[in-house]
Amino acid sequence: MPPELVAQSLREYFRAWLARIAAGESGVLPVIVAMAAIVLVFGAISPNHVFLLPVNLVNLFQQSAVFMVLAMAEGFALILGEIDLSVGFVGACGAAITVQLVQPLTTNWPWWAAILAGLLFCAVFGTIQGTLITRLRLPSFIVTLAGFLIANGLFLWILNFGPFSGYPNLAGFSDNLHVIYYLMWGNIDPIISWVVAGAFVAGLGLWMWISDSRRRSSGLVAPPASLTLVKIGLIAVVAVVVVGICNTNRASIGTLEGLPWVVPIVLGVLMAWTILLQRTKYGRYVYAIGGNPEAARRAGINLSLVRTAAFALCSFTAGIGLMLYASLLGGMSNNLQGGQYVLYAVAAAVIGGTSLFGGRGKPLHGVLGGLVIGGIYNGMFLMGLSVQWEYVVTGLVLLAAVTIDSLSRRGAASGSVTRV
Amino acid sequence: MAAVASTTATGEPLLKIRELDKHFGPVQALYHVDLDLPSSQVTALVGDNGAGKTVLTKCVAGIYQPDHGQVSWEGHPVHIRNARDAARLGIETVYQDLALADNLDIVQNMFLGRERVSAGLLDEDSMERSAAETLASLRVTTVRSIRQPVASLSGGQRQSVAVAKAVMWNSKLVIMDEPTAALGVVQTKQVLDLIKRLRDRGLAVMVISHNLNDVFEVADRIAVLYLGRLVVQDKASAFDRQSVVQYMTTGGASRAGGTLTTNG
Repeated sequence: MPPELVAQSLREYFRAWLARIAAGESGVLPVIVAMAAIVLVFGAISPNHVFLLPVNLVNLFQQSAVFMVLAMAEGFALILGEIDLSVGFVGACGAAITVQLVQPLTTNWPWWAAILAGLLFCAVFGTIQGTLITRLRLPSFIVTLAGFLIANGLFLWILNFGPFSGYPNLAGFSDNLHVIYYLMWGNIDPIISWVVAGAFVAGLGLWMWISDSRRRSSGLVAPPASLTLVKIGLIAVVAVVVVGICNTNRASIGTLEGLPWVVPIVLGVLMAWTILLQRTKYGRYVYAIGGNPEAARRAGINLSLVRTAAFALCSFTAGIGLMLYASLLGGMSNNLQGGQYVLYAVAAAVIGGTSLFGGRGKPLHGVLGGLVIGGIYNGMFLMGLSVQWEYVVTGLVLLAAVTIDSLSRRGAASGSVTRV
Repeated sequence: MAAVASTTATGEPLLKIRELDKHFGPVQALYHVDLDLPSSQVTALVGDNGAGKTVLTKCVAGIYQPDHGQVSWEGHPVHIRNARDAARLGIETVYQDLALADNLDIVQNMFLGRERVSAGLLDEDSMERSAAETLASLRVTTVRSIRQPVASLSGGQRQSVAVAKAVMWNSKLVIMDEPTAALGVVQTKQVLDLIKRLRDRGLAVMVISHNLNDVFEVADRIAVLYLGRLVVQDKASAFDRQSVVQYMTTGGASRAGGTLTTNG
């Protein structure tokens, strides 16, 4: 019995939360602790505390954004209790298509059409994989492993078109190139950044307050008003800190300030997929299939359709992630480590709190886990440690996350508390 | 919900099965089965393993198609081709494994596959209110919050949720497969009380059980299957424990108790 469901005051709520942690159901706590540890350790030991400088923190977020979006993509497969190994190279194909299509010397497509074409490719690729998995009942591990290899080949083939054989880039004078480049590197004017962040917090806070108080007044299960206020307050604090950091001048010469475009892009993906998974019938069915496919089947749910769509959404989201990667890199390169990105995507989702066993997970978990991986990556780079240590540490963090997942699952089986 | 009379205006039982046959290849699973399920009564279907209880249940629930025989519902002949047909008539089945998703909460499970939606988004408030009303009407009060995940419930509570899920859709017949198997004493009592409450609401209930204690505790009528034949059905008071065991193991009775006619 989760005690926080019957808690009436903030104090009871806090006590219930402690009880849940003690019962092994820790939610997002481990990932918050991991983030705090990364900030403290790298803040203390990086040369001249450079880790904590605004320029590095913004840089860290930009690097993490790719992991975050890929982890949100992988979440669709993980919640179903499946896995998608192809996200790295399928997304890369989509991004390569986009980068190639906006090249002014060849096709010179408008940026929005190129992005749509890239994402459409990903969605179609995911639909084919999903169809093979559901209609032919092939294991997702094998189908997406084959998809990984096929997409890797397609990716190299796509890169070879045009004047920059193997390395199409986003440098040059064309508005369409600039838009793709600005996905990662563009900044919103500082004043507008404040206005946008303020409007976002006000809108979200108002919505949370209205829906919670409506539930309270009609006698439904709802948190106490004080808890709603604390949540809104925390969101406001995070928004102020993020915008504050982004709005300091980060350039050593000249000015570089304002909220990077990538922040609202990641937030947009997060909100869209959170609403889809937690507020629509479709999302409910994804969780139901992950929890008990037989129950879902008897409830009249079309399992094949829901699962195929989940694989399509997974590949589609991977396309967004690799477009951010292309923007970060300023182009596409055949050096892309597509396999490693898959592992980071799974690791980020699991570190954030998504279960490998299906039925549990949220898009937010991908964002938090992506920050942890990005933080390790960034901190170890600043320390001048070579790449092998980054792999070792990321692997250890993943092991820790899977252990927590596995233990809390065992706890749930023996009657303690789980939450979706 | 107002209680309805135990029979319809014409005196017909809610569900009437006549001469139902079902075979799988050379195996005759059901042979000329006649069974009545009247409203406001709990009918216990008993029989040894392999007697055909589950097959009969699945024929009623629309999962299997009978080869021959008539099924009439409220006096009208019907063909139940699939689970959706059964649900449309008002037949709900609570399977032994309950078919609940552990990771979803009580409300989400009760509405699974039939969610209410407003403006494209789930209408959680309305679903939670209806679920709470249904649970309250069945006096399922041991559950502290209907927003707790099903994984955190006890066996009896899970059974109660599965039953509440079945009766929420204005169902008229609820079929329960081994509802008390794997439950403790207290939880078994909770579930049996719940079954009696369904009967008091005017529903027809068919309970499949191995446990004769439970059968005599809750059943108004008893029907015995033996090797695919329905050998006897009658008022529960017409049987005693020994005669039921006799029918289950030999298909006949050595002494009085129960009649071999098909009308209870």
